[in-house]
Amino acid sequence: MAKLIFLWLKCLVSCCIVEAVFEDQVGKFDWRQQYVGKIRFSHFDSHVQSSKKVLMATEKNVFAALNTRTGELFWRHVDKTGPEGNIDAFLLHGQDALLVVGNGRLLRSWDISVGGLNWEVVLDSGSFQSACLIGQQDTVKHVAVLKKTVISVHYLSNGHQKWIENLPESENIDYQALYSGGNGEVYVLGIVPHSHIAIVVYSMEDGEIIKQTSVEAPWLSNIQTSCAVVGQGMITCVDSLTMSLYTLDMHTQSKMTQIPLQSLGLEVTPHFHPVLVSHQPNAAHQPLSEFLLQLGPEHHLLLQLNSGQMVVLRDFKPALLASFATAGEKTVTAVMSPKNKTACSLSLFNAETGRRLLDTTQFLSIDPNVGKPESIYVQAFLKKDDSVSYRVLVQTEDHTLTFIHLPGRVMWTREEALSEVVTMEMVELPLTGTQAELEGEFGKKAAIQDGLLSMVLKRLSSQLILLQAWVSHLWKLFYDARKPRSQVKNEISIENLSRDEFNLQKMMVMVTASGKLFGIDSKTGSILWKQYLNNVPSNAAFKLMVQRTTAHFPHPPQCTLLIKDKDTGLATLHVFNPIFGKKSHITPPALTQPILQSLMLPLMDQDYAKVLLLIDDQYKVTAFPSSKNVLQQLQETASFIFFYLMDSSQGRLSGYRLRMDLSTEQIWEVIIPTEIQKVVTVKGKRSNEHVHSQGRVMGDRSVLYKYLNPNLLAVVTESTDVHQERSFIGILLIDGVTGRIIHEAVQRKAKGPVHVVHSENWVVYEYWSTKSRRNEFSVIELYEGMELYNSTVFSSLDRPHAPHVLQQSYIFPSAISAMEATLTEKGITSRHLLIGLPSGGILSLPKMFLDPRRPEIVSEQSREENLIPYAPELLIRTEWFINYNQSVSRVRGIHTAPSGLESTCLVVAYGLDIYQTRVYPSKQFDVLKDDYDYMLISSVLFALFFATMISKRLAEVKLLNRAWR
Amino acid sequence: MALPLSSKITIIFSIFTILSTRFVSCNNGRRLNNDPLEAEFNSFSVPLEHSFEVDDVANFEVRGALVLKAGREPSVSLAQQQLSEYDRAKLKEVAAVDGLYRIRVPRVLLQADRQTERLMDGHLTAFVRACAMVESHLSDVITLHTDVAGHLIGVSIVTIPGACRGSEVEDEVDLEAFNTTLSIMAPVNAPGPETALFLERMELETEKKGKNPQEQKSFFAKYWMYIVPLVLFLMMSGAQDPSGGGAGGGAANGGGR
Repeated sequence: MAKLIFLWLKCLVSCCIVEAVFEDQVGKFDWRQQYVGKIRFSHFDSHVQSSKKVLMATEKNVFAALNTRTGELFWRHVDKTGPEGNIDAFLLHGQDALLVVGNGRLLRSWDISVGGLNWEVVLDSGSFQSACLIGQQDTVKHVAVLKKTVISVHYLSNGHQKWIENLPESENIDYQALYSGGNGEVYVLGIVPHSHIAIVVYSMEDGEIIKQTSVEAPWLSNIQTSCAVVGQGMITCVDSLTMSLYTLDMHTQSKMTQIPLQSLGLEVTPHFHPVLVSHQPNAAHQPLSEFLLQLGPEHHLLLQLNSGQMVVLRDFKPALLASFATAGEKTVTAVMSPKNKTACSLSLFNAETGRRLLDTTQFLSIDPNVGKPESIYVQAFLKKDDSVSYRVLVQTEDHTLTFIHLPGRVMWTREEALSEVVTMEMVELPLTGTQAELEGEFGKKAAIQDGLLSMVLKRLSSQLILLQAWVSHLWKLFYDARKPRSQVKNEISIENLSRDEFNLQKMMVMVTASGKLFGIDSKTGSILWKQYLNNVPSNAAFKLMVQRTTAHFPHPPQCTLLIKDKDTGLATLHVFNPIFGKKSHITPPALTQPILQSLMLPLMDQDYAKVLLLIDDQYKVTAFPSSKNVLQQLQETASFIFFYLMDSSQGRLSGYRLRMDLSTEQIWEVIIPTEIQKVVTVKGKRSNEHVHSQGRVMGDRSVLYKYLNPNLLAVVTESTDVHQERSFIGILLIDGVTGRIIHEAVQRKAKGPVHVVHSENWVVYEYWSTKSRRNEFSVIELYEGMELYNSTVFSSLDRPHAPHVLQQSYIFPSAISAMEATLTEKGITSRHLLIGLPSGGILSLPKMFLDPRRPEIVSEQSREENLIPYAPELLIRTEWFINYNQSVSRVRGIHTAPSGLESTCLVVAYGLDIYQTRVYPSKQFDVLKDDYDYMLISSVLFALFFATMISKRLAEVKLLNRAWR
Repeated sequence: MALPLSSKITIIFSIFTILSTRFVSCNNGRRLNNDPLEAEFNSFSVPLEHSFEVDDVANFEVRGALVLKAGREPSVSLAQQQLSEYDRAKLKEVAAVDGLYRIRVPRVLLQADRQTERLMDGHLTAFVRACAMVESHLSDVITLHTDVAGHLIGVSIVTIPGACRGSEVEDEVDLEAFNTTLSIMAPVNAPGPETALFLERMELETEKKGKNPQEQKSFFAKYWMYIVPLVLFLMMSGAQDPSGGGAGGGAANGGGR
């Protein structure tokens, strides 16, 4: 019998939590966007004439092919994060793309047509220096990889090693570059900084050293940044100190020839490191004798080195960027020059003569919101009349990729900044004009000012407006109905953006690491606005806060982004409208001191903007907005405003209270010695979280009250001792107002990374158990007990009894990369944990399974309470994946937001990709099903209605007959 | 007869301790170092200080001495003075302006061998509202928290009752002596997954199954009387709603598992 009940329970549980989508629901409520990141290397597929592929290896360790017509991904390979998956070199030969990955750990060959792996070889250890293709007699069959101490040559066809040789004197000489001119010889260039260049020539056939020379070069410190091989094996270097070019014929000369830049009539911009760019269209042939020299941020030159003679072919000034491209036999130089602040021009020049090509100039407008162009990748091709035309891929500072076709036509843009979202918020959309009109009618101010008559008039006019809107809506419906379905498109633009019935559509405000802000429509995923902040430091930390929501018409909604330089601590505020992305006219306070902490108060100023407090390193508080009204409110409530500061370098967690004069006083201090453990995370609860029920009903109908302390902080520490027997993870629950340590626990033989979710009366954390070598989940729940101390209001200052702490742990069969809890409007819906897995799945795990009250031995009471019997392992069920086959790569964060429907929670997972969907943790209990049978219910209703009518009539007749009798 | 006697002894003892702590606090520290008895029991004393000022500027004075005893299970005891008349008046005054009553203890390492290693620089502080202190008649609960290595990391103070209701307090009777409950807490070991117990339970269950021959029957044979009505019911309901799509259909799918 117990078994049966167990089974029933299981049934019940699985009934409650199933939430897979059906096939016809795919893409209805969710969308995914895939990104690749900032380009490091890029090549166009020139193998086939009509190819529409551009290949790119990115800083995010992604190797991908994009469709040049649409900008969509053909395929994408995501490698490991960090230096292990770092792409060091990318060489393209015909159909094969060769990648050196992980500081020379692996050499891979990909088939670019389908994105399949041809072969992969593990290279000998040693840090990677350079790689190049080696041609011989017009064919390229080998690739050479240069490392710190060895050079190895591999076959292109199968990756097998042809030969490997140790480099001579590698402990003294820093070998940096490889060169092959297609004549069966491999040149290795090494350097002893500020002394000489060493050139070692290997035979392609057997790896024998043919020649070894050394050339004096006391001015040279790095070959890779200052030198290039030009023409028939001429090393050409540039030096900014001596203001000279140096050339050396590797075959014959043994001394470098100095050509002062002055003799060419040139000059280097002060503090600019000149750059040389040569071009080798085919690895089986020598490089061109023409090369590009950049002498300043906006100064490029096309030079030619012909039999020792340096000739300036063309001086491009001003020119932002210049690049070579080859189409067939012709090589061209594309040059981008600034026109004015909002536009620049792109032109092609013949590389051999420096002459401008006809009909190749195009003008591009530069959006002030995208930043300066950073690099260009040119795809040149021959037209039918043998003239050269081109397309160009431009990457700008904000990591936007723009692909441009000849008459200045933008074919597509990709916002690669979105591959690194740092933080985000979901903001409600504003009301429509008519709704706002109604809202305004009943606004507070209006009611006081106007008399009765004007109110009536106002009501009539607003009713008229509503009628008008309704008629136009009907007309549109009628008009659309006549058109074929495919033509009817609901284009979403910033103008017709408005809140839907259940508030399911929101504006996603995303902040990216590059300092670009995006406003994305949560329903479709289309970018509605973008704003590039160009003064953001590279190591900035961001905090996005919603100061005013859309609920306070006619005041516009307002978001504030706190941008803090991690090194100096200096911060700036960017205030903007989250719906339109426009910078607000409100000037934020100038912050001259490093900022330690920021907090949003529930206080509002007269314009309904929440007050933001910023605490600087002098423990002085700046309020924003800082109107008189706000300051007065702050003075009144100062003694109830507490905040905490965490200094993890000293392990000091301290509490402060605000004073009347906006200074602060320290009131408590907890010091966790850093020799033993270091604080890794401090996590409070979300301010917009609601808890519907104060307690849990037990099996015997008594109530176990939850300990719902809104000020509770979960502090997670990791031991400094990393030995697997002694390492531990500490969890401290501290009241943020009084500094009282509510609970202190250590998880022995465990280490991080720890992921924590803190909500309601529970904390869930995940760690790596070093003893059992597995991932484990642990849950802590806090209860006040069977009676509540003060049921009306919670005050940290008046809650003397410590809560009961329950804890249980479980085995989880996978590592996790991010975790968050669902959030709904009123907190009635049961909670789920959303877990981003490294495999790309997003798991929706019911909180029910992480409940420390799960009994080990099933009793009548626990059965009554619907507790699932304890099982040490949490299973991953495939139907719990909310993103079915839409894998999300490298999930870094999951954002949850409530919708207007209590059953529905909006979820955005971001990482390399962005995925948006809705989840229904307790199913859609407040929504009728899609296939709800309206016909059946209405026909039943009508039938019943008529049945009653008829029976009533019959009864009347019967009564009448009886009366006559 | 024994009860009053013992209580008398306690009173005398407590007076004695109060007297002795006064003595100890007079020449703080130095005496402890020289005392061989103290070192033998591995216990030592640190001052517990408090501060309550009308202008809320911390000015810590000695309230008593905490005697900490290191060991496998560290323990703590407190010897403290009564509040002087001046202090009582001041406390009431501070309570009237809703000031804070703060306490602090120096940071110490419990498990050190030598006295010099024990003390670390810095203090741990905590507070309660002064009015709560007054209204609870100086009944406070002080908890000291240590980390795994025995460092004192935090101190907390609460009063019972904790609320400030504004009730009047007779200072002479109620604000003289502290009624302190003191404890020291080391971190608890968080439980790992309970695999052993679970396996044991599973084994027991299978054993039980093995013993009971009736249980040997197949699943269907055992529960046919439940399954048949269920299947009939499902068929009936399925006939009514043949499409079974939509979100609700998911429940049926899951139920079938």
